[in-house]
Amino acid sequence: MTEIIRFIIGFLLIAGSFLTLVTAFGLIRLPDVYTRNHAASKSATLGVMCILLGTFLFFFLEEGHFNSRLILGIIFIFITAPVAGHLISRATYNSGVSLWEKSVRDDLKDKQKYEEKNM
Amino acid sequence: MAFQILLNFFLAFLWMFLQVSFTSTSFIIGYILGLIITFAFRRFFNSRFYMYRVFAVISLLLLFIKELILSNISVLKTILRPKLDIKPGIFALPTDLKSNWEITLLANLITLTPGTLVVDISFDNKILYIHTIDIDDVDEAVDDIKNSFEKAIMEVSR
Repeated sequence: MTEIIRFIIGFLLIAGSFLTLVTAFGLIRLPDVYTRNHAASKSATLGVMCILLGTFLFFFLEEGHFNSRLILGIIFIFITAPVAGHLISRATYNSGVSLWEKSVRDDLKDKQKYEEKNM
Repeated sequence: MAFQILLNFFLAFLWMFLQVSFTSTSFIIGYILGLIITFAFRRFFNSRFYMYRVFAVISLLLLFIKELILSNISVLKTILRPKLDIKPGIFALPTDLKSNWEITLLANLITLTPGTLVVDISFDNKILYIHTIDIDDVDEAVDDIKNSFEKAIMEVSR
């Protein structure tokens, strides 16, 4: 039983660090702010959540210490990370940063027209 | 819904006072008995029996976690592929949701979905502008969001 638990903890920690590494690769490789934001707001969220969950399980099952702060940390990251991604990309668009040149479609250009029509 | 929960707590406390035992065990027993009584008298309330809503919230949470894992796998594939053949773009998604918290929840869900990220919301809360990493399957993504997320959120707020 303890071996299975140790396996799960190790898997969570390795998966979390691997996802964080992939986020870093994505930030280097992807072409513009918006696509980089995809990598940063998704992989980093799950990566950090996995690491925190592994830490929580280790201290709970191996040491018998229930640390509720780790649970709260997981919940806070889960709620706030997508909002942060949204705010960064919105601020980028409003300050006039254009999309990658190979982007095919941009419906947000029509927003001004839509608002004037329906005001 | 809040009224039903409050009534259920009241019934649980009533059970504790009838038993003259003020422990968490008797509170839980009283709560379960109160749940049965609230269910039996559900046609006298204005809203639905509140456990339906609790189940809807739990299923929405599970959907959240499933989408998070799927989106990570898809981002992983995009980043680690040797040749970068992505077609990013921004598309508009009309939504039927009305209140602010529903739209916030939908935007959060979309951000955690494979390959989509909310960039802006129109002033009348009717259109979400979504940046996607692959424009080829926009229609599919729209259908997906419409059918699964909006329905799940409506199930909670109904």
